[in-house]
Amino acid sequence: MYWNKAYECMDRGRLEALQTERLIHTVQRVYYNVPFYRDRMQQSGLQPEDIQSLDDLKKLPFTTKQDLRDNYPYGMFAVPLSEIVRIHASSGTTGKPTVVGYTRQDIQVWSELMARALTSGGTQKDSVIQIAYGYGLFTGGLGFHYGAERIGASVIPISGGNTKRQIMLMEDFGTTVLACTPSYALHIAETMKEMGIKRENLKLKYGIFGAEPWTEAMRREIEEKLGITAIDIYGLSEVIGPGVASECQSRSGLHIFEDHFLPEIIDPKTGKTLPPGSTGELVFTTLTKEGLPVIRYRTRDITSLDYEPCACGRTHVRMSKVIGRTDDMLIIRGVNVFPSQIETILMEIGETEPHYLLVVDRVDNLDSLEVWVEVSDKLFSDEVRRLEDLNRKIANEIHSLLGLTVKVRLVGPKTIERSEGKAKRVLDRRKL
Amino acid sequence: MLVKQISVFVENKRGKLADITRLLARYQIDISAISIADTTNFGVLRMIVDSPDKAFQTIHDAGYTVHTTEVIAAEVPDSPGGLNHVLEILDQENVNVEYVYSFLKTTAGSALILFKMEEAQNTMDVLMRHGIKVLTQEEINTL
Repeated sequence: MYWNKAYECMDRGRLEALQTERLIHTVQRVYYNVPFYRDRMQQSGLQPEDIQSLDDLKKLPFTTKQDLRDNYPYGMFAVPLSEIVRIHASSGTTGKPTVVGYTRQDIQVWSELMARALTSGGTQKDSVIQIAYGYGLFTGGLGFHYGAERIGASVIPISGGNTKRQIMLMEDFGTTVLACTPSYALHIAETMKEMGIKRENLKLKYGIFGAEPWTEAMRREIEEKLGITAIDIYGLSEVIGPGVASECQSRSGLHIFEDHFLPEIIDPKTGKTLPPGSTGELVFTTLTKEGLPVIRYRTRDITSLDYEPCACGRTHVRMSKVIGRTDDMLIIRGVNVFPSQIETILMEIGETEPHYLLVVDRVDNLDSLEVWVEVSDKLFSDEVRRLEDLNRKIANEIHSLLGLTVKVRLVGPKTIERSEGKAKRVLDRRKL
Repeated sequence: MLVKQISVFVENKRGKLADITRLLARYQIDISAISIADTTNFGVLRMIVDSPDKAFQTIHDAGYTVHTTEVIAAEVPDSPGGLNHVLEILDQENVNVEYVYSFLKTTAGSALILFKMEEAQNTMDVLMRHGIKVLTQEEINTL
């Protein structure tokens, strides 16, 4: 099922020609309309005319979240405020929020892309979609809302929270598609169990989940508990919001809507562009955004790109599930380690939400990694042998994934400090 | 007639064990058998108590990881070869014993031993067929 077959399945040669044309146009627009970009380009000795091909992209300087903060609130907008019809902002947990603005045309494009994402994820005109992403400054709720309305599905704009009510409406209204974060989907499943509501009572078929990293183990758990097909969607407000990339029914990576966003993978340390297939930091240049175009925006998300044709027929490149954030990356004995990789292993071994801490130290000039894992009801056994097996298994799985020998330490529940909001996963004791 | 054993994950840290026994004391829970299996970093505390459900809830609510497991409490003659007699039977019947420990209290002329095995129910039938007395929770509580 396609929403816009002409673009989604466009021949790659034609797609690249379209991207080139749009890139040239975008660079001209930001140069003449956004002082920040003009200054940056001039500092690099660049004129808009220097960008003539996709290959020229790498000449341009990167843009970071800090740049958006420094130009708070409207400094990065490429149109006068009178042209802006919508403003969203990040929660701003670490300082001022990042502000994004949309023109009427941007909202049109965003709706179109969300319609594509929802269609490829199984939503149709006769679907009843319950949008349990937050509505408001966060892009999740309204992003999904406009896409679902574009398709003509019946939209239940319930927003997040009040889980029992969510479940009641899901049952009464015959919801067929659920859109929320994957962790909230699991919470819904658990609450259903507590309420004694069986999944057979629901008409749910699909779930479109995003806005936070999740693993294949989590996907299986959601699918089993809710009896649905779980689809991954990716986006970030700085680029447009949800609808930057989404999975098709093949579920082998997320198709990036390349006619609107130009992706690159770079080495987060050196900034060098990496060849296709490499794992590194995802960088986006918007090709059609009017309100807030971004040039080589560093997402800090770690993934890889696959340009091989997909079974679904779409020609757009597929990004793998995000495996981590550059901020979280640890380098241990030269190996890049993301807490999410350890988390995936722990989840595969049997935990829904493992509580763990990576303790990094340097003894005699050698890095060491200890993985502390809280022993939950699920992991515990009255037999020491089984606990020792568990210990060994975790260490072995980490070794086979990362090639690192680690020491696993089983610790009591609530031993690892809980912090409000983001969990603390790393304790780096190295004094460098 | 299997009895409920309480097992608790305990880190090897000073005061952890006392923390648990303090809880049991406060709620007037009587311990009739206890054992600790320990490794470098942690131990598993196993106990038979007079009110296992209350003990489970109390320890659980205090934030510990706790399980209840079904084990067999068997009476063996308190004389040389007494325990061996029971283990020989289990060996002949191909029963794999996970671990064994003993009660603090005894009955006249007998020792009370706890057995943990995978097939607890079947094993209990085997023991009873061989004339070994298996104790119920009520019998343990009146020791």
